[in-house]
Amino acid sequence: MKARIDVMLKTGVLDPQGAAVQHALGALGFEGVNEVRQGKVIELDLADGTSEESIKEMCDKLLANTVIESYRITLL
Amino acid sequence: MKAAVLQFPGSNCDRDMYTALKRAGADVTMVWHKDADLPEGVDVVGVPGGFSYGDYLRCGAIAANSPVVASLKKHVERGGYAFGICNGFQVLTEARLLPGALLRNGNLKYICRTVGLAVEITDSPYTSAYAQGQHIRIPIAHHDGNFTADADTLDMLEGEGLVAFRYLDNPNGSDRDIAGILSPNRRVLGMMPHPERAAEPAHGNEDGALFFASLLEAVVSA
Repeated sequence: MKARIDVMLKTGVLDPQGAAVQHALGALGFEGVNEVRQGKVIELDLADGTSEESIKEMCDKLLANTVIESYRITLL
Repeated sequence: MKAAVLQFPGSNCDRDMYTALKRAGADVTMVWHKDADLPEGVDVVGVPGGFSYGDYLRCGAIAANSPVVASLKKHVERGGYAFGICNGFQVLTEARLLPGALLRNGNLKYICRTVGLAVEITDSPYTSAYAQGQHIRIPIAHHDGNFTADADTLDMLEGEGLVAFRYLDNPNGSDRDIAGILSPNRRVLGMMPHPERAAEPAHGNEDGALFFASLLEAVVSA
């Protein structure tokens, strides 16, 4: 089984990289880009039957820093 | 005073930290990240700057889950002293030994220069040799030194007098100009600037030497 983890900075946490990308899009002439938030995607190839609970633990302990980041688990 | 300096793959300020502690009079041992135990009787653990594990995932995240940091957590639970400089600060926040987190610098640039700091409190084992409010100059060299925490945590840090150093001219966007913080028992300190790079005459600046002198004094008299 596979799982995909989307990790994003929490709402309210400044994302200077996202802001830089937004400016770059503006410089390319793309109008109406109100905000860009940049995150990361982590794909896990897991032994069949790995519990969602266990994946959540992986996120809390390592994959995301929950002080500043939120995550979303998608089983593929 | 017995001190240990942790070494991770990618640490690059470990020898500077070793030398600064040694010059202040400490008996210093280097400890490799795979070692499960700290040396017997260690009083102080230093977590040095660098790019532990190539900054993979997040700065300090992999180091925070290494065997030696599990021992460091026990050391801190027992009331031991520990300090992290630069990447070491990132490791201590990732290990939840200090609150908050260090984000990418607000201007997205790696900044390497000497900055002015204000010593915010002197009743701590790391700052007692400075004068209250003293302005000092200490080098910084980081890409991810933008300290952030939620408003309640920031208020708690300020209210309890746990902000050790503040930037005079905030270089990286840190909340409330915070450059270094202490744990509630004041035995754990994290800071982005490098006092070990301003600690002997050859550095051309000895403002950081009092950091190590304070620590020696605190531990030896404790």
